[in-house]
Amino acid sequence: MPADATRLLTLRPEGLYCPEGDFFIDPVRPVARALITHGHSDHARAGHGAVLASAQTLDIMAIRYGEGFAGSRQAAEGPLTLGGVEVRFHPAGHVLGSCQVEVRAGGVKAVVSGDYSRVPNPACAPFEPVRCDLFVTEATFALPVFHHPPPGDEIARLLASVAAFPERAHLIGAYALGKAQRVIMLLRAAGHDAPIYIHGALERLCDYHLAQGVPLGDLRPATMDKAEARALRGAVVIAPPSAFASPWVQRFADPVIAFASGWMQIRARARQRGVELPLVISDHVDWPDLTRTLRELNPGEFWITHGRDDALMRWAELEQRRARPLHLLGYEDEAE
Amino acid sequence: MKAFADLLERLAFTPGRNAKLALLERFFREVPDPDRGYALAVLTGGLETGQAKPALLRALVAERVDAELFAMSYDFVGDLAETIALIWPARGPARDVPLAEVVEGLARAGKAEVPGLMARWLDALGPSERLALIKLVTGGLRVGISARLALTGLARIGTVPVEEIGELWAGFTPPYRPLFGWLDGGPRPEVTARAPFRPVMLSTPLTEPDLAGLDPAEFAAEWKWDGIRVQAVAEGGTARLYTRTGEDISAAFPEITAGLRFEGALDGELLVRRGEEVAPFADLQKRLGRKAPGKAMLASHPAALRLYDILIWQGEDLRPLPWSDRRQRLEVAVATLDPARFDASPRLPFSDWEELAALRADPPAAVIEGVMLKRLDSAYVAGRPRGPWFKWKREPMVVDAVILYAQRGHGKRSGFYSDFTFGLWDGDRLVPVGKAYSGFTDEELGKLDRFVRANTIDRFGPVRSLKPALVVEVAFEGLNRSTRHKSGVAMRFPRISRIRWDKPADEADKLTALTDILDEAGA
Repeated sequence: MPADATRLLTLRPEGLYCPEGDFFIDPVRPVARALITHGHSDHARAGHGAVLASAQTLDIMAIRYGEGFAGSRQAAEGPLTLGGVEVRFHPAGHVLGSCQVEVRAGGVKAVVSGDYSRVPNPACAPFEPVRCDLFVTEATFALPVFHHPPPGDEIARLLASVAAFPERAHLIGAYALGKAQRVIMLLRAAGHDAPIYIHGALERLCDYHLAQGVPLGDLRPATMDKAEARALRGAVVIAPPSAFASPWVQRFADPVIAFASGWMQIRARARQRGVELPLVISDHVDWPDLTRTLRELNPGEFWITHGRDDALMRWAELEQRRARPLHLLGYEDEAE
Repeated sequence: MKAFADLLERLAFTPGRNAKLALLERFFREVPDPDRGYALAVLTGGLETGQAKPALLRALVAERVDAELFAMSYDFVGDLAETIALIWPARGPARDVPLAEVVEGLARAGKAEVPGLMARWLDALGPSERLALIKLVTGGLRVGISARLALTGLARIGTVPVEEIGELWAGFTPPYRPLFGWLDGGPRPEVTARAPFRPVMLSTPLTEPDLAGLDPAEFAAEWKWDGIRVQAVAEGGTARLYTRTGEDISAAFPEITAGLRFEGALDGELLVRRGEEVAPFADLQKRLGRKAPGKAMLASHPAALRLYDILIWQGEDLRPLPWSDRRQRLEVAVATLDPARFDASPRLPFSDWEELAALRADPPAAVIEGVMLKRLDSAYVAGRPRGPWFKWKREPMVVDAVILYAQRGHGKRSGFYSDFTFGLWDGDRLVPVGKAYSGFTDEELGKLDRFVRANTIDRFGPVRSLKPALVVEVAFEGLNRSTRHKSGVAMRFPRISRIRWDKPADEADKLTALTDILDEAGA
């Protein structure tokens, strides 16, 4: 590989940095200039000087942090030149607005993928494979035990449970950006057209999806009083994971507690959370998709931002691929 | 296998009894024969397992997955069977393997064929079914439900009472086709098995106020022994020992089974007895853990049967007779058996309830849980009818403990902190001694929940660590020594009997309050 691809990016305490372009990608501390891959709060933080991101990611940051989340902002459209480098955003297939960042200079190319998924998700454009010299990947589910089942199968299990327990409300824990809407769309795709009740913390992001042309069907607020909540027999209610530790749950009579996350593949994780119906629905690549992507892109070298880098390093060793763990701190597990 | 794996998975994560029954009913309704029959066998522990050892599975997976990646995965997942099920590389689209193919295939297979069969099935199945398969063949299946619950769920698909099913099902072998035919509306099948199990008669709890309405002259009384209720059957040269749910435990208690030299069916309590002295329940528990006890265990923990009733004798069904007649027949029958292993539970003479209450308050041995009351005219009927038999348990022991941890509950208690770990003082430290989930009202549950939220000092997942500020009175039925608990003691059936909002934590009891009880009992 060209020797200077790795020179495009370097690691600083604030995060991944491009010296030639003088910007950070998904920094975990406030910086002068940040490129943001997607709106999850561990990647998109408030307080940067200038932010460059997809128009949707900028909107999502404004919803989460208020309009003043950064000194200035710019929507990424088409190729841009920053300092001495050319920058392009490509869809990552993770959540609405999510992108990979391509950085090109001196005939070599690096791609920072942020978080990504290869499973079709109607809320966002599919992951676009971009051939590159250096690929920067996540490794959230980088253990060969993670084979996420088709999400439709998991929704079928949920609907089977709704049919088996028609008198119980089904409360689904799902991260507010992406997962919640994903679950709703999967339910709609499976023919569930009854009203779906959403926790107040999901409202603005669901509204934003609707405004962006993502259909979610009949959504109603799950902020009713106890008597109304007890009448919600057999209804599907979606709430962020944090709501399950709050007294909000107490208004429901004998609910089935479900949780939609890639971690639910591991029984101990589901048990720890007190989940009755674990749903393995993820917006990250699982092991087969991750390794398939690395083989397909075949970069001269790949770097691992966060997650199970030990297993992915071992895989790289077995495949004789050049790889390096970055041990980036501040990127959290999905939906925690 | 798919439906069965789904059922196991839902049962494993479903805490509520009613929800479990609904899942079982749905399964037995929807899954065809013979798979539902084999599933019933698995759920009731009636299937031979252990054809494949964990080492065999590890060897199979080692041929397919890098050892280091496997080690990292196992470390993360924490369960060997689950790791293998998840990591097994898929080969093309999954095919569902019927449970019958697995059960019958393994029954026919020679030892050398097992690895090939397992590999073929693991290749064909999806991860959740692979886990069910591995747990099934290694015998590591912990279903989390009792045989009784499985039968209760089964009974819901038809109109036959669970007691009648209980009487018949053990008389058939998996996949129980005649039994399912009957539940689906066919004729009641004839039991052809020898020495079959008969459904057991159970008692209902009695409280002091109930006594006012009962005439002491109409009742007999016996001790309530703290062992396990069993049925000993010997017919046509076959002898079997059953639990009260019909599980065959003959092999685990060979000294009892060998002593069943009669023609009939007897009901009694299985105990560990050394001479005249009945050992505490913990000693019996050691035996229950062994499917085939060794010589040393047989010598150190000898089992005995203390008989309560007689159901069948010399081919005659005595169950319709009044209890007093059966008691006479029982005494005659017991006289023919080895007195070192078999005796009749003694009748307690009493003339009024006060006299009986005094006996109950001060039983001659720690292994007595209370007294039983049986109507002299009661026939032996299956199930738990209210009226003929009562159990009147000893007052529970109580201790004042401090709440240390709380965990959120399930089902109707979703969102409420309802599961509590409590501790006692050991010097200036609080040592956890047990957990309690019940004993408080809904109103108290709300107050406890607010207490937990206001006094949290740390969180671990759904568990909160609390400021040691709340004392509860914990009632419990008995104590055992335990090496698994840091405190060295394990309570039986602990529950919160009173919340002591008024009592300061430093006035809670010391751990010695429990260890003294054990020392006194010589346990």
